[in-house]
Amino acid sequence: MTAELLEASPTRTLTIGKALNEGLRRAMEDDPTVVLMGEDIGRLGGVFRITDGLQKDFGEARVVDTPLAEAGIVGTAVGLAMRGYRPVVEIQFDGFVFPAYNQIVTQVAKLHARSRGTVPMPIVIRIPFGGGIGAVEHHSESPEAYFAHTPGLKVVAVSNPVDAYWGIQQAIACPDPVVFLEPKRRYWDKAPVDTAADPEPLFRARVVRGGDDVTVLAYGPMVKTALQAAEAAAEEGRSLEARRPAHPLAAGPRPGDRLGAPYRPLRRRARGAGDPRSRRGDRRPRDRGLLPLPGGPGAARRRLRRALPAVQARGGLPPRPRPGPGRHRPRDGVLR
Amino acid sequence: MTAVRNEIEAETDRAGDDPGPLPGAGAPHLPQQPDLVQLLTPEGERLEHPEYPLEVSDAELRGFYRDMVLVRRWDAEATALQRQGELGIWASLLGQEAAQLGAGRALQDGDMAFPTYREHGVAWARGVDPLHVMSLFRGVDNGGWHPRERGFALYTIVIGAQCLHATGYAMGVQRDGAESAVLAFLGDGATSQGEVNEAMVFAASFAAPVVFFCQNNQYAISVPLERQSKVPLYRRAAGFGFPGVRVDGNDVLAVLAVTRAALRAAREGQGPTFIEAFTYRMGAHTTSDDPTRYRLAHEVEEWKLRDPIARLKAYLSRSGLADAAFFDGVEAEADELAGRIRRGTVEMPDPPPTAMFDGVHAEMTPPLAAQRAAFEAYQASFEGGAA
Repeated sequence: MTAELLEASPTRTLTIGKALNEGLRRAMEDDPTVVLMGEDIGRLGGVFRITDGLQKDFGEARVVDTPLAEAGIVGTAVGLAMRGYRPVVEIQFDGFVFPAYNQIVTQVAKLHARSRGTVPMPIVIRIPFGGGIGAVEHHSESPEAYFAHTPGLKVVAVSNPVDAYWGIQQAIACPDPVVFLEPKRRYWDKAPVDTAADPEPLFRARVVRGGDDVTVLAYGPMVKTALQAAEAAAEEGRSLEARRPAHPLAAGPRPGDRLGAPYRPLRRRARGAGDPRSRRGDRRPRDRGLLPLPGGPGAARRRLRRALPAVQARGGLPPRPRPGPGRHRPRDGVLR
Repeated sequence: MTAVRNEIEAETDRAGDDPGPLPGAGAPHLPQQPDLVQLLTPEGERLEHPEYPLEVSDAELRGFYRDMVLVRRWDAEATALQRQGELGIWASLLGQEAAQLGAGRALQDGDMAFPTYREHGVAWARGVDPLHVMSLFRGVDNGGWHPRERGFALYTIVIGAQCLHATGYAMGVQRDGAESAVLAFLGDGATSQGEVNEAMVFAASFAAPVVFFCQNNQYAISVPLERQSKVPLYRRAAGFGFPGVRVDGNDVLAVLAVTRAALRAAREGQGPTFIEAFTYRMGAHTTSDDPTRYRLAHEVEEWKLRDPIARLKAYLSRSGLADAAFFDGVEAEADELAGRIRRGTVEMPDPPPTAMFDGVHAEMTPPLAAQRAAFEAYQASFEGGAA
């Protein structure tokens, strides 16, 4: 296959980081009101290089290296949104979002409601989140619960390059503020991305792997871990279902609030031989609670505990990255 | 404005050598500073200022008087309505009419103002229906005006947050290539907020067309200015790299001239200006406040001698620009306005309980839609089934 053909092909193998970069680029090409703002996102391309090359191609007015002030970044984004722009702000690390917490919670989340819809607030707040890169404190946090419990915000986490590529574009197109969580330990995971495909909706849950014994809900970086657990369990004859609750968090999570199915408390369910849950291999669609398990949640915990050490023993979990500079981890990507 | 900038730079240089009188020396609440821009003395004498020539027609002068009287009447009516239980709270602007009307009338079409929660005079100047403001303080709405159409953002209660919005909006104006400017309102207390300081850093860094208009009314609820700043507020601007001007906030003409000049400079790409309107909150912080606990009565009496309305009335009378019939006409109009506000406020309907779900998102999420439906069903389950 010639180089030309390779370039023309809509399917390319991308890392999550590159998929985000390409998604941002496409959103900026499609909509001239998209403005990127953040610390070190211009000339440097961001400490994780997610905005690499964008300032060169779109100029300093659209890829803005801001002063070092998170409240300032989000607060000025609010003003830009009022003026008709679609700001996409980068918070450098999860633990640095808190100086902007006031603006996010008292202003970004509320302005649409306070103004009875006359003030649009299409802001995307990108946050590299979660642990797994051997970073120091404030660089490995999971602040999503704070935002998920705030009415007015939509909170999503992507887990693979395909979702990253489409998800960032869908978040930017969304008329509501979106807290967009990027699994920083998975930035370098690769997968083929078909850039001509019809994307799956951003705000919808998905079964990533079917199974019957246990349902594992995960988002962001833990989706991969859940799949690895399911793989390991399968080898032991257990069947795990892995689901990605696509916006597990948007609009407030509730126990059992999954996949649009009506919530029913587990304890109200009849158990016994007639209960379809007790028959392994029964694939009939049915309403289930958060962890619809034979024997109840306690048994599920025991089963998981049995399954997981086995995974570790076989080396099924990825090795823990060592701190320090690596080919894919710029030194300044860890500390500001 | 260039001349002003030079003057400010010179002033900044001076400030470097001589920090001025020690904090608390003399009577810091009195406008005795020689650097105070004033075009109309408290006695109603018209002054000229070399940096701020002001061309204002007789009709405009009468208009300012009418504006200030009507807004003060509205303010009094709102205070009364709160006392009668018709409003949850009211933040009085008594004494700050000149600062607000002078600034509000300096704005042009296409300009945008970002208020705190006390800018009733600016709301009036921007053509916002007073009943929209009343609905906020009655707790039935959060302000029903359309911010872009009025050129007046919603009231902001978290102190200083709006300064960043104003700066961001101004950055948008820059990107649009529009000849507009943005006016951010704040108080003396807000100058201590981190977000206000961040706003000034951003504004300076990007030369955003925004003017920070600080009404220094001497108190942040009970805490006097000395706790917020050890230098006169307008001198802080120098540290951010743009001009700061102190204007007599009870002089509507000086406020108009200074704000106009600053907005013009912003439109012309010269970046931000900080205006300190030196004024006094003659009433309480809000209807929940008790100012007798933290300030002396004689201070209020002294400031009454600097009343913004009385000095303009004196000037209009003395120069023959208005007669008794005009003043009587304004009074009658004020009573009529107060009646309209009173009727409109007490007749304001409560919002339906389901309103709390509406507008949370532009695109409601399925879980929220389900919550709304469940709540509607719950309400319907009561006798009468009122939703």
